[in-house]
Amino acid sequence: MNAFDVAVVGAGVVGCSVARELAKFKLNVVVLEKEADVAEGASGANSGVIHSGFKEPRLSLKALYCVEGNKKFSQIARELEVPYKVVGTYTVGISEADRKKLGELKEAGEAAGAKDLEIIEEKELKKREPHVQGRLALYAPEGGITDPHKYVIALAENAAMNGVKFCFNTEVTGIEKKDGGYQIKTSCGVFQSKFVVNCAGLHADEIANMVGFRKYKVNPCRGEYFVLDKKASQLINGMIYPMPPEKTGGIGVHLTPSIDSNILIGPSAEYIDCKQDLGTTARGMHELFEEAVKLVPELRQKYIIHEYSGLRSKLIKPGSRNIEDFVIEENPAGFIHLFGIESPGLTAAPVLASKVRELIGRHAKLQKNPHFNPKRKKMIRFSELSKEEKARLIKQNPDYGVIVCRCEEVSKKEIIDALNNPLGVRTLKGIRIRTRAGMGRCQGSFCMPKIMKLVGKLDFTLKGGESRICHCSLR
Amino acid sequence: MNKDLVIIGGGPAGLAAAVKARMKGVKDILVIERGGRLGGILNQCIHDGFGLELFKKAYTGPEFAQKYIDKIEGMKIKCMLNSTVLDLRPDKTLTVVSPKGLLEIKAKAIILTTGCREKTREMIKIPGSRPAGVYTAGCAQNLINLLGYMPGRKVVILGSGDVGLIMARRLTLEGAKVLAVVEIMSYSNGLKRNIVQCLQDYEIPLYLSHTVVEIKGNKRVESVVIAKVDDRLQPVKGTEKEFQCDTLLLSDGLIPENELAEKAGVEIDSITSGPAVNEFNETSVQGIYSAGNSLQVHDLVDWACLEAENAGLHAADFLLSGIQGKRNFKTNADSGVRQVVPQYYSGVNDLTLSLRVAVPAKNKNIVVKDGSRMVKKIFCRELNPAEMIRITLTKEEVKNSKGLKVSLSD
Repeated sequence: MNAFDVAVVGAGVVGCSVARELAKFKLNVVVLEKEADVAEGASGANSGVIHSGFKEPRLSLKALYCVEGNKKFSQIARELEVPYKVVGTYTVGISEADRKKLGELKEAGEAAGAKDLEIIEEKELKKREPHVQGRLALYAPEGGITDPHKYVIALAENAAMNGVKFCFNTEVTGIEKKDGGYQIKTSCGVFQSKFVVNCAGLHADEIANMVGFRKYKVNPCRGEYFVLDKKASQLINGMIYPMPPEKTGGIGVHLTPSIDSNILIGPSAEYIDCKQDLGTTARGMHELFEEAVKLVPELRQKYIIHEYSGLRSKLIKPGSRNIEDFVIEENPAGFIHLFGIESPGLTAAPVLASKVRELIGRHAKLQKNPHFNPKRKKMIRFSELSKEEKARLIKQNPDYGVIVCRCEEVSKKEIIDALNNPLGVRTLKGIRIRTRAGMGRCQGSFCMPKIMKLVGKLDFTLKGGESRICHCSLR
Repeated sequence: MNKDLVIIGGGPAGLAAAVKARMKGVKDILVIERGGRLGGILNQCIHDGFGLELFKKAYTGPEFAQKYIDKIEGMKIKCMLNSTVLDLRPDKTLTVVSPKGLLEIKAKAIILTTGCREKTREMIKIPGSRPAGVYTAGCAQNLINLLGYMPGRKVVILGSGDVGLIMARRLTLEGAKVLAVVEIMSYSNGLKRNIVQCLQDYEIPLYLSHTVVEIKGNKRVESVVIAKVDDRLQPVKGTEKEFQCDTLLLSDGLIPENELAEKAGVEIDSITSGPAVNEFNETSVQGIYSAGNSLQVHDLVDWACLEAENAGLHAADFLLSGIQGKRNFKTNADSGVRQVVPQYYSGVNDLTLSLRVAVPAKNKNIVVKDGSRMVKKIFCRELNPAEMIRITLTKEEVKNSKGLKVSLSD
């Protein structure tokens, strides 16, 4: 019998943060994920920004949790060996007319607790960001970047090594109250749990409906992104935001440096009907470029090496167009829902997780897990090492000397390590996000067959399920 | 480690360069190849048609490569396999890793024959979902011919480049159904012989002036929507046609790989995406040469090898006699001509120009002018961007030069 104290539905940043938080206590926790890996939803398709919180509505949970989450992040990044770099944020005004609005943003930011905000003039902006075009800018020094995939993987791996069980390809199909808890039917059997935490993101309303809780409806809002070649990395130093667009809301198409020296451009914002529609569109891609080139005129189409889109989980107040705040609600007893966790959800996730833990703690006193180890080791990245370290590693294991992915300089040993990852994920995408093989300018055209050969299994998939890479063998 | 000549890339161009340099008397040569065997991309090109120009015979890719491998072995030229160059600096030192370790090499001369890569779905910006089943044609060729894996059963191919045409036939022979080859231009980008032998012989439809406007399918490709394009290459609404398929292959062009050249500070031509070289195939960094598909994308491997021989010859001259190339004058592609290689020349040697026209043309003259002086005029019945044109000028013809302009005229 699959009996647990807590079942977490969804292995995004929120689900994995909750899992890690609960692993600090004597609780038997399972994470149920319908996809083949963690971070397959919005958690893996965003700008990777650890926000400072100054752009959120005053005293909203988004603002408060974001500021608190930002403060916690350096420690988490250290414990989990997750990349984190504070690069600062520029919100760029193109004309004098933007000065007033930037002043308001500054005041709101300071009220939310953001520190050292300053308005800088064109000359200073040019000095710090020579390729950015603007009349003035609001500078916030606290904004940072991480690799969202690596972050969620690290949370999950740390939770797993502290006893949390992860079930992938496990889609929740029905939930019933039973034996003082909940019986969860899934595509991989039945689970029984005292508590359920609904971290299903875009699908949180569907999970809630299964227990008759119909208060919220999640609206998918698509955001498309470009990824630029590392060769263009000199175009920006910090994060470059436009003035907040008044028509569409949100924060607008911005440029973000990534941990791996690519630049991300996006996201667009478009409400769509289908929660499965993760496509990119000709219109969306056109818009991204047009918006971004206003901020950085030297941007060129040829720098674009990748596109993707993500779906935000938007809650809209009924009868209005206003966006709801984060929602954490328990209904029925022992069933905790998280709704509307969109940006700044990546930053706020540890705070959301501790709120979930508090709610569970109201039912029963939680006992600390004396064996909890907050630390997790990252994988070795060959390309990041010095020549001496590289030479030493190859001596230890010759597989480090075989470069499989030429664009991102990923060795055979790293691919093998990724194939043996602690979560047991066995997909091409899983290898990509763990090693970066296939994420460079050739997008895997050269290394994919080499990885197929290393895996040696014809039924190897891109991302689980029916996503087989090859059809059959000719031999 | 010190070396006289290091050749980066053991494909056909690299091997041809090595053989030529050895014939000219360079003793200390090292070929560095990242793959497990020499021959580069030819190893996966199991179709024939290689060598018609050089050997007057049609070989398969591996056969063609073997001719050079035999010479390399006969001449005992040293080759490092499974070895990747991580860094190349302007002083011609390089960092190489292999299972045997990390090595620093100081070379007196270097020839870059690093080949090219294919344009990806992401570069072309095809809209739609991101399922499994979208591959570049060369990647699919690798899967089938080297791994023995069939990438799919019902296939649409975007782009009529040669690799795509070859794959249309290859997939058909293995039992797949190739539903369409879709080309955005109003003409094919492949060699004429490949259109006939790979598409027409198998009744595979070629849709000119069409492009893929959407990829559908969540986990694996389920269908591909194509549409007609207008004069500005924009899709025309209402002309969409949907093909139920599980695979989309891309054959929309090749890009020279020059990441190492860039690290060494070599000047790159923005049109060819390869180094800007002189008639010795020497780049802007003295003693670093470039040839083959990393210099410019070739139509035939024969030309890539000839070009590499030229690089090998002049690297040898440089090493043994201190003869250096000069960059006194520029060549320019003018109206109707897309690109000219070499980009520089001395004005004192014979000069072979390789060029490609911008769009197909009929009954035109290729005109080479030096300032206002007509140097050469060649009448061509048919000109095709897919085919490279080679014109040799004697040193007398480029004497007292001011810079060459190549154009098309009536």
